Formats: sequence, structure tokens, C-alpha cells
Amino acid sequence: MINYFKLAYRNLGRHRRRSLLSGLALAMGTALLMFIAAFFQGEMRSSMETTLRLNTGHIQVQDADYDPDKLSVAWEYLIENPEQAAAQIEALDQVQAATPRLFASGIISAADESIGVQIMGIVPDSSANAPYRDGIIAGEFLTADDREGIVIGLPLAESLGLKVGGQLNLLVNTSEGSVDEQKFVVRGIFSTGTTAYDKGIVFLPLAKAQAFSGAQNHASMIFILLKDREQADAVAAAIQGSGYQVKTWTELNELLVLVNDFSNAYLSIINLIILGVTATVVVNTLLMSVFERTREIGILTAIGMKGRQVISLFLAEASLLALGGITAGSLIGWALSAYYSKVGIYFGDLGMSSDMILQDRIYPILTLDSAVNLIITAFLITVLASLYPARLASRMEPVEALHGAK
Amino acid sequence: MEVAKLTDVTRIYKIGEVETHALNGVSITIGNGEFTSLVGPSGSGKTTLLQLIGCLDQPTSGKVVIDGRETTRLNRSQRADLRKGTIGFVFQFFALIPTLTAYENVEMPLLLNGRNSAERKKRVMELLEAVDMVNRAHHRPDQLSGGQQQRIAVARALATDPKLILADEPTANLDTENGEQVMEIMKRLNKETGTTFVFATHDPRVIKYATRVVTLHDGLIEKDNHSPAK
Repeated sequence: MINYFKLAYRNLGRHRRRSLLSGLALAMGTALLMFIAAFFQGEMRSSMETTLRLNTGHIQVQDADYDPDKLSVAWEYLIENPEQAAAQIEALDQVQAATPRLFASGIISAADESIGVQIMGIVPDSSANAPYRDGIIAGEFLTADDREGIVIGLPLAESLGLKVGGQLNLLVNTSEGSVDEQKFVVRGIFSTGTTAYDKGIVFLPLAKAQAFSGAQNHASMIFILLKDREQADAVAAAIQGSGYQVKTWTELNELLVLVNDFSNAYLSIINLIILGVTATVVVNTLLMSVFERTREIGILTAIGMKGRQVISLFLAEASLLALGGITAGSLIGWALSAYYSKVGIYFGDLGMSSDMILQDRIYPILTLDSAVNLIITAFLITVLASLYPARLASRMEPVEALHGAK
Repeated sequence: MEVAKLTDVTRIYKIGEVETHALNGVSITIGNGEFTSLVGPSGSGKTTLLQLIGCLDQPTSGKVVIDGRETTRLNRSQRADLRKGTIGFVFQFFALIPTLTAYENVEMPLLLNGRNSAERKKRVMELLEAVDMVNRAHHRPDQLSGGQQQRIAVARALATDPKLILADEPTANLDTENGEQVMEIMKRLNKETGTTFVFATHDPRVIKYATRVVTLHDGLIEKDNHSPAK
């Protein structure tokens, strides 16, 4: 057996700088793609988790006519006596937490500033509210029987110049279609790490929110978190009933699910483009090599080397280049992803639509799956692309190849 | 017994619209053990003839039979097989593979013929000894002189015990002393092993070793002189 890799190694060594540069192109491409894959993965997972945790939950039970965009607290759009239903749902095995929430629109004013906000009435003890409770950075969280306390987000506190213990004026649209106004004391300031979310929402205890807005014993929804979100359809089917609607996270986040699915296709396209470019560099290197070694190929075929053996020789060179470049690139890509998965990449407030929430800081996540995928794809594309120069070399007629040298 | 028999062979090269008639109907038989020189001025067709005998090229018309096989009926791969088993080449530009050592260059045809490692080692050492290059076995071509490179090329041509060795201007790039040395080696191997040698040359140093001198002119055989073995 001819040791093609030994030959290939020596041939690559003839033009060290050139081989190194094409290896480097491949390494940079691979590193970049690995980092992009990790970044996408981190971004998608973060936006999915953040959206589910802060915004939609896994399942919502709403009145059949409820429109989340209107934030109406008219009784006809609300669920009556939600606590009992919530307790029943929470008793289900698959359910981690089920809690009523009331949404109303309001305007906060303090000093000379006024800002429109979403008022969310919550049951403070529910574990579904952990992201807010754990996000308290000053003061404390609400208690269920607090009648004057309010919890606001850090960006809101900063723009209104409010501190814990400070007073603000809150205006609310009531269920009768009028407005009511009351002073509240800031009990706590929270941050979820998502500025876009934190700047537009304030929390009141559910009972106070109900009384203040005139919703009485009503809530906008029962917010449900599951132990495993894949169980959403099963649980939703189990709690289906007349007069209200049960929506799962896939229905509540159609856009996000779509973007998530699409991101894989998007990533594949980026992979193909970048790997196409790096493969071109490798093909170019091999082509130069084929033309330079025309005579040598002629000699080898003259002494009886066959076409497929010539192909093997050049594919061995491509494989060695690919192996070196991709290994180096993977290490760099992995190191970059590992570093940024610790410190995160700060993007700040990217704005929020109700459909998609992004944290201020994105933490790349490199999965073994995507790394292995990328490595195999990069290797295959490089070697397949190298078939062209390899076949070109194998098809040279020995006599022409020998002439080429003179 | 004949090693090569060419009957009414023509070879026309087409470059664009221009046709070059390199051979215009050549018939020649090369017998076993011959030490033959093809001579003639540049463009007389001697290199073309050599390439046809070597299965490196195909005739435009006519018949080429090498070792009993008609080469025009063989495909690329079969011709490669015929070359690697039957024919050895020595080229004027010491055609060694630059990344391989002298040893590895001689070993390459044996690898292509699928010989095992013990056989290869034995044969390579034998050949390096025959061309007096044992002490340079692990040098790369660029560390060898022209004469030394050509001796390695001769050793490589002989590696698989071919019936026929074709040499295109083997001394053209060598000084007198090295040229003589290479010719001496080839002559000795011809006598010892009975291998047939065919040269294309216009070097009188080569011609004087030949037992047969075939003179070509304008793609035709002009003279064919057999001389007693020297």
C-alpha cells in the first residue's frame, strides 16, 4: 500500500506558507461558524426561555373573548374566580405552577415624568413569579395583603428617579371604562436582565389590582408553567372547557417558534456560504499544486500510477489540510464560545415586541451536536471540493504531463 | 523474441488548425536484449516513437504491439498496468519525485506493483548497489548531483525488472564523465540482465554504446544499422 498521507504531508511541506495560509482560512471559517452556531443557539434558547418565563408561560387559560393586546379589564373579557381553577390545574402532575394574573394598562407619574405601563396583578407567593422575586435588587417583593405597595423595574425606577420607599402616582383604566388614580409606595425594584421587559411593567398584589381596576374577583388569565414544556398539548387538552380558551406556548409564540425553526435553515445557509469560500481557498491551493506538479504527475503515471491513485494522492493532501485547519478552527471556536458563554455578549435593550424578548446579554451555547455537525460538514465540503483538482490531475495524459515540464 | 513491434505507425499532432506529422508510417521491431539508439535531428520523430513504444501516447494509425499486447486496444488503466509491469523510463531531466528520497524513488514502482516490504527493501538495496548509490539512499533529489539523480532514475526504471527500458536523451544534461558513468551502468545491466534498452539521443557518447542505430528523418526511418555487440 502506498502511504498517501506520508506523500501528502511532504507535498504540503513544500510550500509551507501556502499550506499554512489555506489551513488558516479553513481554521478561521470553522472557528467563525462554530461561534456563530453557539451564538445562535444561545440567542434562540435565551429568547425562548426568557419569553416563556417572563411573558407567556407554557399554557394560558383565558376567557374566550380575551384579547391580550387590549389589556381590557371589562368583566366580559375576564375569568371569574380564577383561584379555584388555578389550584385545580396546579394539582396536575405535569404542572409546576398555575397562577392567576390580571393585566391592566396604566400611567405612572413621579415628579414631572409620566410613563405608560402595564400593570400586572400577581399572587406573590406563586413560584411562577420567581423570576421577578429573585430579580429584586433593592427593597423587597410584594406580599399578598399589601394595599399600598408596588414593585417596579430598574429602568423605570431610573428614568423616574425613584428609590425604594419613594412614592408614585398610578393611573389605571378601570373595568367601567373610566380611570382611577392612587398613590403607591415603591417596595422593591427588580431586574430580570431584560431591559425591554423591565421598563414597561409594574407589579401589584392580585387583590389590590382587582380592587383598584374594578375587576373584582376576575383575572385576565391563568398563567401555567409545566415541568416539561413538551407536555403542553397533553395538559391543554386535559383542561379544555367551554367559555374559555386554552393556549399553549407554541400558539402563544408562533413567531418565535417560526424564527427558531428558521434559524436552523439560516445557519445552514451561512455554513454553506462560508465553507464554500474556505473550500475555494483549499481548491485553489491544490489547483496551483496540480499545475506546478504536472511533470511529477507525468512521471508517476509513466511509471504506472493509475488515475484513482493520483486522485487518492491529492485527496490525501486535501484531507490533511482539512484536518489541520478544522482542528485548529474547532479549538478556537470552542475557546471563543466557552469564554463568551461565561461572560456573555452585551447587546443592551434590543427593544421588545410581545412576541419575542431578548435578554440584554446573550450567552453563546455550543452544543456537541452542532460542533460535530459543523466539523463533519466542513470536512466533507473541503474534501468533496478537492475532487475537482484531483480529477484534473488524474486525467492528465502522461505524455502531455511530461511535456508540460520542458 | 521481440519486445516491441510497430507496424506502419503514424502520429499526427493537431495544434489548433496546424497538423504536425511526427511519424509518417514507421515499422520497426525491437528484439529482446537489444541496446538500440534512435537518432536523428530534432523533430525527426524519435521522442514520439519512444513515447509510442512506452504506451505514453497512442498512434494516429498503425499497430503497436508491446510484449505481445496491442496497445491501441488497451484503455488508460490497462496501459498503466502494461507500463508498470513491462516498461521502465529514464528521462533527460532527471525525473525524480522531489519529495521522496533516492530510496523512496526507487521503491515507488515496487509499491505501485504491490510488492511487500521485505521484497521492496531487498530489491531497492540491490539496485542502489548496482548504480553505486547506497551511501546516498536517504538523500532527496535536490541533495544529489545530476549524474547521481540519473543513476537513481536508472535504478528506478529497473526496479520491477521490466523487459524494456526507454531512455529519452539520458545524458543530455550530464557532463562527459557522468554521462559515461550512466551509460556504463546501463550497458552493464543490459549485459547482466538481458534487459532491452532503447534510447532517443543525438549524443555520440550514447551512440557508441549501441548495438543497433536507427536513424529517423522527417518521421521516417532512414537507416537501420545493426552493429556487433560492444
